[in-house]
Amino acid sequence: MTRQPAIEANGLKKAYGAVTVLAGIDLSVARGSVFALLGPNGAGKTTTVRILSTLTPPDAGDARVAGYDVVRDRPRVRRAISLTGQYAAVDEMQTGEENLCMMGRLAGLGRAGARGRARELLERFGLTDAARRTAGTYSGGMRRRFDLAAGLVGRPEVIFLDEPTTGLDPRSRQAMWDVVRGLAHDGVTVFLTTQYLEEADQLADRVAVVDGGRVVAEGTSGELKRQVAGERLDLVLTDAAAFAETARRLGGRLVHSDADRLTLGVATDGDAARVRALLDEIDPDRRAVRRFAVRGATLDDVFLALTSHQEAAQKETADV
Amino acid sequence: MSDAIVLTGRAVRLSRRNLDAVLTAMLLPVLLMFVFVYFFGGAIDTGTRTGYVTYVVPGVMLLCAGFGSASTAVTVTNDMAGGIIDRFRSLDVSGTALVAGHVAASVLRNAVATTIVFGVAFLIGFRPDAGPLDWLAVAGILLAFILAISWLSACFGLIARTPEAAGGFTFLMMFLPYPSSAFVPIDTMPDWLHGFAGHQPVTPVIAALRALLLDQPVGDSAWQALSWCGGILAVAVALSGVLFRRRTA
Ligand SMILES: Nc1ncnc2c1ncn2[C@@H]1O[C@H](COP(=O)(O)OP(=O)(O)OP(=O)(O)O)[C@@H](O)[C@H]1O
Ligand SMILES: [Mg+2]
Repeated sequence: MTRQPAIEANGLKKAYGAVTVLAGIDLSVARGSVFALLGPNGAGKTTTVRILSTLTPPDAGDARVAGYDVVRDRPRVRRAISLTGQYAAVDEMQTGEENLCMMGRLAGLGRAGARGRARELLERFGLTDAARRTAGTYSGGMRRRFDLAAGLVGRPEVIFLDEPTTGLDPRSRQAMWDVVRGLAHDGVTVFLTTQYLEEADQLADRVAVVDGGRVVAEGTSGELKRQVAGERLDLVLTDAAAFAETARRLGGRLVHSDADRLTLGVATDGDAARVRALLDEIDPDRRAVRRFAVRGATLDDVFLALTSHQEAAQKETADV
Repeated sequence: MSDAIVLTGRAVRLSRRNLDAVLTAMLLPVLLMFVFVYFFGGAIDTGTRTGYVTYVVPGVMLLCAGFGSASTAVTVTNDMAGGIIDRFRSLDVSGTALVAGHVAASVLRNAVATTIVFGVAFLIGFRPDAGPLDWLAVAGILLAFILAISWLSACFGLIARTPEAAGGFTFLMMFLPYPSSAFVPIDTMPDWLHGFAGHQPVTPVIAALRALLLDQPVGDSAWQALSWCGGILAVAVALSGVLFRRRTA
């Protein structure tokens, strides 16, 4: 019973009509940790979150959240979690305070308890001054924070955040990160989705990269970086023709490509012999590559390396 | 149950902040009453000594109640289409509690609207012969009617994907009272309409309201009216549960 994972999913599948959205997702999230589900648009992040938060039943597979099955023990799961979706889920025509009091009471607090909790959360999220304004008048950043606050009224042990910082400016994003760190510090399990690698890098204890409805990689951000490549070899090409030719030769090995700067990036372990061999292979006449540099891989490289393959495959099928 | 109370409070607050919709629901029946009384009233012989105002007011009340209740479809659709439904569901709020909140707010809205329309009717010469008990019965029948229509329109709200589509239900409720004895006696209509007009749910409701207000024998109409409303309500409650589950599956 002890240290049972907060979230455990086995072979989750979901299709809408002929479109397979999830093709078998396996996940395990330790209690009290921050877990990031990283993936491009349409990867199936929201669908995964909706299944784990009991809003959508899976077609196949099973999942346990806070120890309860998301299909059979739906009410118990709901009592243990909170969901802050990708799009705002508050009443624009109610004030901040009214919204939070309402959520508090729906979460089972009494009238006074709900009001107290509302004040506390408004204070904690820097929204006390806006408490009596209708939520429709809030700015994008305030709304996001408020939406998250609304999810916390019931003191959940597992929190789902679907793209919590999409559309926020850097300062609001930092503020949101601080909130997430604070939650983790309080021992809450946080499951978040993001398209930003930096966000996963900054916040998450573990990261799973999803693409095309599958987990294509899973681990700490350090492990992922190492798994794909410890380092990246950046090549600056002499001209556009050399750029195109080299890009063609590298094909699926490319992890970075910038046509304006005539730069291509490829995974490497920094070993001199292998770098030399690679350069010989892609530039036998020693004319195409003007300069090169080896640098530490970023999570971006991991992301591109892991998801570009799928994208190429999708393009092929789309072309047919 | 307590969820339904909290959500009623919410729905009432939202109505208060959307006053134009509430005002339209009141203004339209009042205007129609003027049209009937002043434009058509002279030409319509209803065979009663109390004048056309008194004949038509029960119909106007029904129009007001039907029209006002139908707006429940729009408020329900708005919730289902927005993000808030996910939050409610993740708080384990049931579809019935959500719908009940909207219906209760609709009943309160319509109670206010109906009172105001009665007030205006008095100002333009509505003179019923109803005693206090009759009034109580009138209130009871209107309440049952509003409850049934509100819940039924919530079902439409669960089916409709956009608030505009949900608004279509209002349209239906605006027309239902016409092929009945609400505005003109049924025997003035073509024969083929008698069957429908004589047996549709609005007709016993009108008959009961009219008999109570004019202190005439009520006969079976009151029970028929209440059975209709009770039947519609029971079906709508069951249907809304099914529709909510299907919509959120
Ligand atoms: N209710 C639905 N009906 C049909 N298709 C759906 C439905 N929900 C999601 N999809 C499809 O499933 C795929 C994955 O959607 P999902 O919302 O899970 O992606 P996502 O990773 O959250 O993307 P984004 O970053 O854009 O939010 C998309 O192609 C989407 O069109
Ligand atoms: Mg999404």
